[in-house]
Amino acid sequence: MKALLVGECRDGKLLEYSYELFGFASRLGAETAMLLVGNQAELPSYGGTLYLADAGKYGEYNPDLHKRLVLAAVERERPDYVVFAHSSYGWDLAPRVAAGLKAAQLSEVVALVEGGFELPCCSQKMRRKVKPAGQVAVLTLQMGAFPGEKPGGTPQLQHLDVEGESKVEFLGYEPAEPKGVDLAKAEVIVSAGRGIGKADNVPVIAALAKALGGELGASRPVVDGGWIEHGHQVGTTGQTVSPKLYIACGISGAIQHLAGMKKSGFIVAINKDKDAPIGEVADVLVVADVMQFVPALTAKLAK
Amino acid sequence: MKILVCIKQVPDMESRFRPDSTGVWFAETDLAFRVNEYDEYAIEQAVRLKEQLGGEPELTVLSVGPDRVVEGIKKALSMGCDRAVHVQDNSAHLKDPWQIASVIAAYAEGEGFDLIFTGLQSLDRGSAQVGVAVAEILNYACATTVIGFEYADGAVTVRRELEGGVKGIVKLKMPALVTCQLGLNQPRYPTLPNIMKAKKKEIRAIAVSELLREDARAVMESFYSPPKKGTGIVLEGDVADQVDRLIGILKEKTAVVR
Repeated sequence: MKALLVGECRDGKLLEYSYELFGFASRLGAETAMLLVGNQAELPSYGGTLYLADAGKYGEYNPDLHKRLVLAAVERERPDYVVFAHSSYGWDLAPRVAAGLKAAQLSEVVALVEGGFELPCCSQKMRRKVKPAGQVAVLTLQMGAFPGEKPGGTPQLQHLDVEGESKVEFLGYEPAEPKGVDLAKAEVIVSAGRGIGKADNVPVIAALAKALGGELGASRPVVDGGWIEHGHQVGTTGQTVSPKLYIACGISGAIQHLAGMKKSGFIVAINKDKDAPIGEVADVLVVADVMQFVPALTAKLAK
Repeated sequence: MKILVCIKQVPDMESRFRPDSTGVWFAETDLAFRVNEYDEYAIEQAVRLKEQLGGEPELTVLSVGPDRVVEGIKKALSMGCDRAVHVQDNSAHLKDPWQIASVIAAYAEGEGFDLIFTGLQSLDRGSAQVGVAVAEILNYACATTVIGFEYADGAVTVRRELEGGVKGIVKLKMPALVTCQLGLNQPRYPTLPNIMKAKKKEIRAIAVSELLREDARAVMESFYSPPKKGTGIVLEGDVADQVDRLIGILKEKTAVVR
């Protein structure tokens, strides 16, 4: 069995989560080859075959040409699986490659299970087992689901070139907004999620944060809705935090949020949905209406 | 200009999910359905573009599924889409993303849409494949994870959301398809006059059998609850009692509450 792993570069640097692809291949017991649109100065710690295309020529985001590069490597390697991270790069490119190969794509694989792959569904609350039909399948892996592995060594380079027009033009990166509040230093973070109901309820959550001497955090929907500023956002597109105590108020626990807070010392979740995915990482799950429970907790702490 | 918006109806994610009789997807009994959240951003962006261009573009909204999806279609019409296509399919949930994409593309092929808006992914299936696959079949320019959209002089410029809050700026040649990420805009609430107006708009029904030409590439085997990783304590019952128990636990387990 063979897996072609598609690594990812940003601003000339190999992204660390590309090593999770090797971790997955080990679990699968597959031989590997890697494809990278990058540069010779930043090679992965890997002794196998590396198909290298020059990011200077193809750009770090150019899905039309990257697709052709992957298809060219597939032609040479004849893998059983073509594997990407389920990242902004992977979920953009993988369906194009699958279409080109007339292959199945399984998105956001979280585990290998007897006779197939386990994928999350229903906002991470449920799982399903899916099996690809056909000779080759395209997979994207949920980030963090498979531990990273550095095989070590120096890759045997195979340079790849393809021709063709592109319908998209990459104009450049825009840096992340500066952090408004440095949540990384906070010992206690009390975060508000959509379950608080409305913007008017934010002060209730902020009051609990204050009572505990902590900072106010927020989940993505609350920031998108303009209830709390982006500087407070916890998660993959916000800040990654690990306070001594994290209290998630009305946060269901999207994978992007969990990735930003699951290393916290002690996690309390308050949610009326007992099956919400936040329960997977919580040390204590309080099954209650946030707007009833939080004011009662704040009042009791003040005594 | 002709614009297509593709939407899906999904259950409320706070529901309890149980397998249906096939064992590979959820039973719909007791579930409340609504427009997939990502798709609401797609509808809103299309309507804003129509407004920007003085109302000239024609907005078609499309949904694949059983009769219940007409409710979602009506919402899109009351937000400002002009006409609708309902691809009637009682077993859409058993099709893989490639089949759904091929059905949409088979409809769109002859229509000559200049722009197609979809959500980044659906909340229930979460494959993030259908939009991109439609673009591949139609040979449209495509960008995903869009959190900023601009149209000027026959070209589309978008901001893609990347990891760590970084954005990528990408220019697309037309015709193009974009998949919309949460936060792209603030989807509007339909007003009562617009809900009334929407009742008069055309909803064309097409049987899926007229559009489906592809076999499934992925086989759905089973649907189940995740293995319980959580070893946490669950506090239920009376609020005052929950508060006391939580404070007790925090005193014991953390140095934060004394």
